[in-house]
Amino acid sequence: MLITVIDGVALGVLLFTIALGLSLVFGVMDVLNLAHGVLFLGGTYVAVAVLGDGGGSIATLVLAALVALVAGALAGAGLSLVTRPISARGHLDQALLTLGIAFVGADLLSQAFGNEVRSVSPPAALASSVGIAGGSYPVYRLLVIVVGLLLAVAAWYVVERTRVGALVQATVADAPMVRALGVNTTRLVTGVFAAGAALAAFGGVLGAPIISASPGVDTRVLILGLVVVVIGGLGSVSGALVGALLIGQAETLGVSLLPTYASFLTFGTMALVLLLRPAGLLASGRTA
Amino acid sequence: MTAVTTPVPDAQPTSALTGRPSGLTSRVRRDLVVGAVVVLVLAAVPFSAPPEIVNALSRILALALLAVSLDLLVGVAGLPSLGHAAPFGIGAYAAGITAKELTTVAPVQLLVAVLAGAGMSAAVGWLVVRSRGTYLLMLTLAVAELFHVLAGRWQDVTGGTNGLVGIPAITLWPGGDPVRLAGYRYWYVLAVAVVGFALVVVVSRSAFGRSLRGIRDNEVRMSSLGYSAFRLKYTVFVLAGAVAGAAGSLWAAQARFVSPTDLGFEVSALALLAVVIGGRGSLWGAVLGTALVFYVRDEIGPLLGGRGQLLLGLVFIAAVFLLPRGFAGLRLPRRRPAGASS
Amino acid sequence: MQPPPVLACTGVTRRFGRLAAVDDVTLSVQAGARHALIGPNGAGKSTFFNLLSGTLRPTSGRIEMRGEDVTRRSDAWRSRAGLAKTFQHSSLFLSLSVADNVAMAAQRLSGDGTRLFRRASRCPGVDDSVDRCLRQTGLTGRAYARVSDLSHGERRQLEVAVALATDPRLLLLDEPTAGMSAAESGAFAELVESLPHEVTVLLIEHDLDVVFRLATRISVLHLGRLLADGTAEDVRADEAVQQAYLGTGRTRELFLPAVQT
Repeated sequence: MLITVIDGVALGVLLFTIALGLSLVFGVMDVLNLAHGVLFLGGTYVAVAVLGDGGGSIATLVLAALVALVAGALAGAGLSLVTRPISARGHLDQALLTLGIAFVGADLLSQAFGNEVRSVSPPAALASSVGIAGGSYPVYRLLVIVVGLLLAVAAWYVVERTRVGALVQATVADAPMVRALGVNTTRLVTGVFAAGAALAAFGGVLGAPIISASPGVDTRVLILGLVVVVIGGLGSVSGALVGALLIGQAETLGVSLLPTYASFLTFGTMALVLLLRPAGLLASGRTA
Repeated sequence: MTAVTTPVPDAQPTSALTGRPSGLTSRVRRDLVVGAVVVLVLAAVPFSAPPEIVNALSRILALALLAVSLDLLVGVAGLPSLGHAAPFGIGAYAAGITAKELTTVAPVQLLVAVLAGAGMSAAVGWLVVRSRGTYLLMLTLAVAELFHVLAGRWQDVTGGTNGLVGIPAITLWPGGDPVRLAGYRYWYVLAVAVVGFALVVVVSRSAFGRSLRGIRDNEVRMSSLGYSAFRLKYTVFVLAGAVAGAAGSLWAAQARFVSPTDLGFEVSALALLAVVIGGRGSLWGAVLGTALVFYVRDEIGPLLGGRGQLLLGLVFIAAVFLLPRGFAGLRLPRRRPAGASS
Repeated sequence: MQPPPVLACTGVTRRFGRLAAVDDVTLSVQAGARHALIGPNGAGKSTFFNLLSGTLRPTSGRIEMRGEDVTRRSDAWRSRAGLAKTFQHSSLFLSLSVADNVAMAAQRLSGDGTRLFRRASRCPGVDDSVDRCLRQTGLTGRAYARVSDLSHGERRQLEVAVALATDPRLLLLDEPTAGMSAAESGAFAELVESLPHEVTVLLIEHDLDVVFRLATRISVLHLGRLLADGTAEDVRADEAVQQAYLGTGRTRELFLPAVQT
């Protein structure tokens, strides 16, 4: 039972890396970025390419993470570039465009890495287990939890305590107002897009040894990420974290307790939040 | 959300909605004539085409009805949905299960599917139509995925990931012969699709349809005029779900197999693509859009050795950049009144 | 006994944070009145209108329509109870024709707007109402133009036509002549004069010629507070109004936008 809960936390922090970017991009420029799942999948394939299944060293893991961060940031900046010209045309066109990009990206990935499931072993130094509550638990997953929570704290600090973060929050609440104040929202949007994408790709590397890389992972994490955003509320770091941890629990507990109805726990949570707090548990600023 | 989205002009000249009486009558007559010709041509297909083509057309007709119902939601009422495969797939399952467990009579299956699609939309709509724009896209996608996952897991009822197999051939009336020939089945699908399409057209041109365009253009103003925006949006959401359910029953009748993919994200996304390619709000455009999208996926895709997804992705991107108003926008622009600014 | 006023506000206050945009306003509008609400920009007039129409809720206070408490009622409810409002910045259905815009209001009134199988072109009552309202506002020739093709002045006229089509008992006009030419303003004043006595009009207006031509009663709002309330003569002579403007007696400044004073 405790093991399942810890597994849920590990899944939760991975979902957080997806959800935060989705939530901020959505909040700042009102774009539903359907290519976000592919960024995560791309990250897992970076891990496949760099780590392989021979389990590299910790240094190769760090290398993979850096590659994913840079590639993700570039991809995010590119996405913000291509969605800008049609930003006046409304949410539907933007969503369809990112969906098209997601299809293309997923196809390119499956061309490069094949359609079969590619599992990744954690670095040898982290492949051991420790005893917890009478069972043994992989050290790597504990590391994922620690890194994920550190990321959450860092993201919280940036968004809630710095000037840039204040701008991001103000833009979520009232973008035209921020533009009217003379702030260069284009740069801000590009930055948010790039940071969110880098985070998702980083999450992909981190999660690769847990969630194996294969086509379809992109859609699955995208949808869970959306559920997290609905639950947590738009543009809020703590909301994304709370939502992600909640869904992480719902998914793992559900699968272990009542496998048939597991998704009900996840989506039931979402329905309940929608019913009781339509703007999300920790919404910042506006309701949609 | 403070931003008022730029309204998408109607593909069909909206002035015809209130209409100069004489102009309108001739327009209706023209539409009826064109519609009758198209239906006759479609009905003649089985006489000259091999069964594979007839079956492919049956599938496209079912999906076209799905796209038309989505167009009512997206193009007319301005409510974008990325989860419209949910009522479609649920309708398909409902029809399939009815066929296996209850009766092979197709109209009964159709009725059950309509009720299932409407019922599901009524439950979901209660939660989701309060939001709009991007948030609505996200919610509909998330909720539809719930049903997708459920269909894959609820083994006893849906057959799980293997799908619902062994659906018997439909009969048209109690005690009738099972319809096994592709041509007859096609005629049944065509008949239901035409009725469904006509229903959506009638609603779109009704006074209620005008109210829906009001919601699309300016929801705040509708409230200040005394409308309950929620009721209008909820009604159209349920109605679109009912028609999508009907489309699902056609799908089940044709394929005699339903799988979780039928209510998955890809079907929703392709239906939306069909609507956008056809031109939002132009219902016939959605039909053409469906034909194109599914021709690309099912006929051209396999020829490319598994690169169908790449091609579809490129179609999405091209549609957004090259066809902002879809096929319907390709017609010569209407002459604007002198001195008008646009 | 006098019938209850069409509209009665008691101690209506609306705060945005620490700013009281509308501060303890008590005001009533009598049936059949042509009541003008004036004051410099930022006086809280538009906020007050939004409280009356129901798009904003007051922080405190009470709003009654014909004796019934409507403080917590939605804008849609108040519209159905006979209140219509025109918007300072035109709020129309941009992709639809002029006639369809007016029909939108008329078919709500007739109940056709929620009928799924009533052809939009076969609603005789609606069409009659559309014709009448377009004629009243001088837009008949533009019935089939798309709203996005209308000039600014035409959009203002259409705002009024849409409001009239709901057959209101109380008509709130938010700066109806803003951006109109002198001739258009004159035509607009004529239109208001031609409205039947059963329609009560409350208007925000900067054009003093229009105000003094139409208003049977004038209320002055200043920094969210009600400064004066009475006939045109009362208001002109009002000491508080004069004192608020440095005792110069140049009350005309009161009616000009704040930036120019």
